[in-house]
Amino acid sequence: MNRIKQLFQEKKNILSIYYTAGYPNIGDTVQIAEALQKSGADILEIGFPYSDPVADGPVIQASSKQSLDQGMTLKLLFEQLKELRKNVTIPVLLMGYVNPVLQFGVEKFCEACAEVGVDGCIVPDLPMVEYEEFYKDCFEKHHLSNVFLITPQTAEERIRKIDGLTNGFIYLLSSSATTGKNLEVGNTTETYFSRIKNMNLKNPTMIGFGISDKQTFDKACSYANGAIIGTAFVKAIADGNLEESVSNFMKKFKD
Amino acid sequence: MKYKVNEKGYYGDFGGAYIPEMLYPNVEELRQNYLKIIADPDFQKEFHQLLKDYVGRPSPLYLAKRYSEKFGANIFLKREDLNHTGAHKINNTIGQILLAEKLGKKRIIAETGAGQHGVATATVCALRNLECVIYMGEVDIERQAPNVARMKMLGAKVVPASSGSKTLKDATNEAMRDWINNPVDTHYIIGSVVGPHPYPDMVAIFQSIISEETKKQLLEQTGSDQPDYVLACVGGGSNAMGMFYHFMDDENVKLIAVEAAGKGVSSGFSAATTYLGNEGVLHGSRSILMQTPDGQVVEPHSVSAGLDYPGIGPQHAHLFKTGRGQYVSITDEESLEAGLLCTQLEGIIPAIESAHALAYLEKMEFKGGENVVVCLSGRGDKDLDTYIKYFNL
Repeated sequence: MNRIKQLFQEKKNILSIYYTAGYPNIGDTVQIAEALQKSGADILEIGFPYSDPVADGPVIQASSKQSLDQGMTLKLLFEQLKELRKNVTIPVLLMGYVNPVLQFGVEKFCEACAEVGVDGCIVPDLPMVEYEEFYKDCFEKHHLSNVFLITPQTAEERIRKIDGLTNGFIYLLSSSATTGKNLEVGNTTETYFSRIKNMNLKNPTMIGFGISDKQTFDKACSYANGAIIGTAFVKAIADGNLEESVSNFMKKFKD
Repeated sequence: MKYKVNEKGYYGDFGGAYIPEMLYPNVEELRQNYLKIIADPDFQKEFHQLLKDYVGRPSPLYLAKRYSEKFGANIFLKREDLNHTGAHKINNTIGQILLAEKLGKKRIIAETGAGQHGVATATVCALRNLECVIYMGEVDIERQAPNVARMKMLGAKVVPASSGSKTLKDATNEAMRDWINNPVDTHYIIGSVVGPHPYPDMVAIFQSIISEETKKQLLEQTGSDQPDYVLACVGGGSNAMGMFYHFMDDENVKLIAVEAAGKGVSSGFSAATTYLGNEGVLHGSRSILMQTPDGQVVEPHSVSAGLDYPGIGPQHAHLFKTGRGQYVSITDEESLEAGLLCTQLEGIIPAIESAHALAYLEKMEFKGGENVVVCLSGRGDKDLDTYIKYFNL
């Protein structure tokens, strides 16, 4: 069975961690994956960097730029990920913008994902209609999940459509914001989270954007199957010993 | 209509709306409403009234006699430089601010390169009393100081974009991020025929007044509304699209789009997108852009801030790919020399952007008697520093 499906069947309060490939050092990609699994992460989202990341705030922009300056490419990333499944058994997704995928070639990209053991992708600027028409068959052929985003402004009909097209989980943005903004769960956010919960979607949901500590993580878990942390983690591993930074960061989310 | 947008938001292989979900409701709201709002007679009346009384339209179509003698063809200049705020940009900002009002928006954001679109946006925001935030690359803020001052006088907040090359591309990224973070009350006035559908079409419609007038003026002056050639410079391509719009289906009218070669197309310092680029996605649409084999956007270069952009609008990509338009390029030096020539022959100091289009006249061969229209998209006041340095004035 698909690693993502299995995880959601077996576990609650799932913690997914995003980090940028090739950051802080170009060769850190797999080492971070191993350290995160060891410290209790449930899902990994590995970002492949792009020069113009419009959905990202300053922290992930800076990590992307540093990674690109250090020579990261999709080709190099897939080279690095050949070592991924030696030790990493948890689900792994790749996250990034559509243009590098287009240049790499969609078919070739899906093949490479399957080859190194990637379970799915999150491509925020790939529109649903394009996915349906040009990407879906290829993704399915290689057993890749595609994760869509929804925001407090996404209409119900569209959420249903996204639910129908998804075969992994749905990424609930806590607000319409670039990455790295703080989660302030006010009344409107609660209403939105409850609304989604009551829609009884067929896919599990994960709340992302603005989660940075145990308190916000627990809050998110009360409305969804788990939560995604990105910016706070990328900040935490900027310098110092990588293994220690990862383990110290993850301790904050475990009792 | 074969060069216009289809119902899916595409021009052939190009266009679409490649945007994160956070922008979907905004862009969808626009997509569902823009044609309806623009077609509304009240909207049309107010739009044309403002173009006439506030912008000063119609802009003249001027037969440049000394230019014509020099090149052996009838060279007509479409004088967008005489518009209020000094360029064609205001045609679009007038249209979009009226549209934003109809959508009930309270806050306006925009990106700017040379500052012309920023000034045109700040101007209409002052006119309609709306909050205005302009994103501008740090490098451009430095080289276009007078326009920064203008925007501030007009009450706009100018926010420096300090990522990437710190120019137009990065200002556009920052404006998109602002829109993601302010999804309900804000309208983003994109200044060129780029961005997710419906922006390229909407901006082209507002700029199409340029060719609409040109056709009438040509008919009056030459007895035919079809010239042999139409020339315009292309960064993102809004003045060119406005200039080409009503000529696209007249297949005997040759459309020439002039890109910025910078220091030369092979120098590594260029913005000649169709020559150096290939197909990909930038700023929400599929088009042609300058990029690495890994799909990272390449930093462009041009002496002209308004052409310093690594892509072109999707409709231009379509005109290029189908061969309907001829896409050529002019270097920094050639454009500056053409700017001086225009000043000395006709007493008109052109923007360096527009001087790129003028410079291409030198490379054309005329039999004699052809009618040629060049879009003089803006005036050169903002570029005096560059002219002063280059010519040691």
